Amino acid sequence: MCLAIPARIVELEKDNAVVDAMGNRWRAKTTLLPEAKLGDLVLIHAGFAISLVDEEEAKKTWQLIAEIIDFEETPNKVSG
Amino acid sequence: MNAACKTLGRQINIMEVCGTHTVSIFRNGIRSTLPERIKLLSGPGCPVCVTDQSYIDIVLQLADRDDCLIATYGDMIRVPGNGGSLETKQSSVNVKIVLSSEDALQLAKDNPDKTIVFVAVGFETTAPATAVAVQEAETKSIDNFCILSGHKLVVPAMAALLSGKNHNIDAFLCPGHVSVIIGFGAFAEIVEDFGRPCVVAGFEPMQIIEGLGEICRQLSTGKAELKSIYTAVVTEQGNTTAQKIIAECFEPADGYWRGLGKIEKSTLKLKDKYSRFDALRRFNITETPAEEEKGCRCGEVLCGLIEPPECKLFGKSCTPETPVGPCMVSSEGACAAWFKYGRERKHR
Repeated sequence: MCLAIPARIVELEKDNAVVDAMGNRWRAKTTLLPEAKLGDLVLIHAGFAISLVDEEEAKKTWQLIAEIIDFEETPNKVSG
Repeated sequence: MNAACKTLGRQINIMEVCGTHTVSIFRNGIRSTLPERIKLLSGPGCPVCVTDQSYIDIVLQLADRDDCLIATYGDMIRVPGNGGSLETKQSSVNVKIVLSSEDALQLAKDNPDKTIVFVAVGFETTAPATAVAVQEAETKSIDNFCILSGHKLVVPAMAALLSGKNHNIDAFLCPGHVSVIIGFGAFAEIVEDFGRPCVVAGFEPMQIIEGLGEICRQLSTGKAELKSIYTAVVTEQGNTTAQKIIAECFEPADGYWRGLGKIEKSTLKLKDKYSRFDALRRFNITETPAEEEKGCRCGEVLCGLIEPPECKLFGKSCTPETPVGPCMVSSEGACAAWFKYGRERKHR
């Protein structure tokens, strides 16, 4: 539950953002990261940006998330 | 790592306090690459796992009310409680899965005839998101919104483990994204008061191995230090905006943890100013400790006292398909990770 996902801010109005990670887009808030700007890569946790993140780190985490999804989708699936 | 094993001349117990570390350690087979004498323990780092049974039972009780909608993160819906789980209850129509506290607030706006109870679990990573929603509900007078705060604080749990349940933990691999919020400086009391190395690491395998290496270096020199090797996102101070919002909304309170029992100032309770958004108060509920499922040893697993296969239910009546305890429910739970990857390996 405590894994945050790196995503790029592709739309931003006040603290309401649309973010993109690996082609998936969803709404997120920047209330907890007031310095976030349009185009920034940020870590998103439970719908909120919590930190800026660089490109290299984002790529590593996307890779890890793909592995965890793989972990969860193999037999004996655990939802949650 | 070998140097540390040689210097100490005994088994070294390192506890990770984050469910995502647990999964990554298993997924990447990290245990099998370590020297025999290094033992990794999965600590109280999965929010679903550490949530006390009484909390789950209160959620289930509220789910039976026709005037309520339960808004919960997906992780919680399969945890068994008194009379089933959120998923299996007949009243599951009253249960909505949300991805954020903002979604829960939106449910409140969309369903003015219902009271939305947000199942607010998680450590310092999710607590600020809850706080923002509560503040928004206050500002916009969204009165049919409330939260059942099950938020927990990582550092008091680590201190409680060392003070009571498990003295044998030599060091902590500290959580990555919790530390984004609280900053690695927050672990200073564990280093200073208990003399245990605290190293914050990210989630990819090299980060975890480097973190373990740093812990072993400290153990071999006999000097515990505070260190973050997850420098890409973790600073000493953390996210001060998030900390401020938590402090505006919540105050630390004594609270119950599965396996660890009652820990002083380890949970977050809404401040008086926001108490009208407190589900316990709104529905006049008193939290009393509930009995855990007979035979389930999740509590001992969470304290690092046993490994999941030592529980008689493990892999028999308790599997990811039919979980008895929360450590098997959550994909980040130690039992689920062991079930998936640990069973055929040699136990360490």
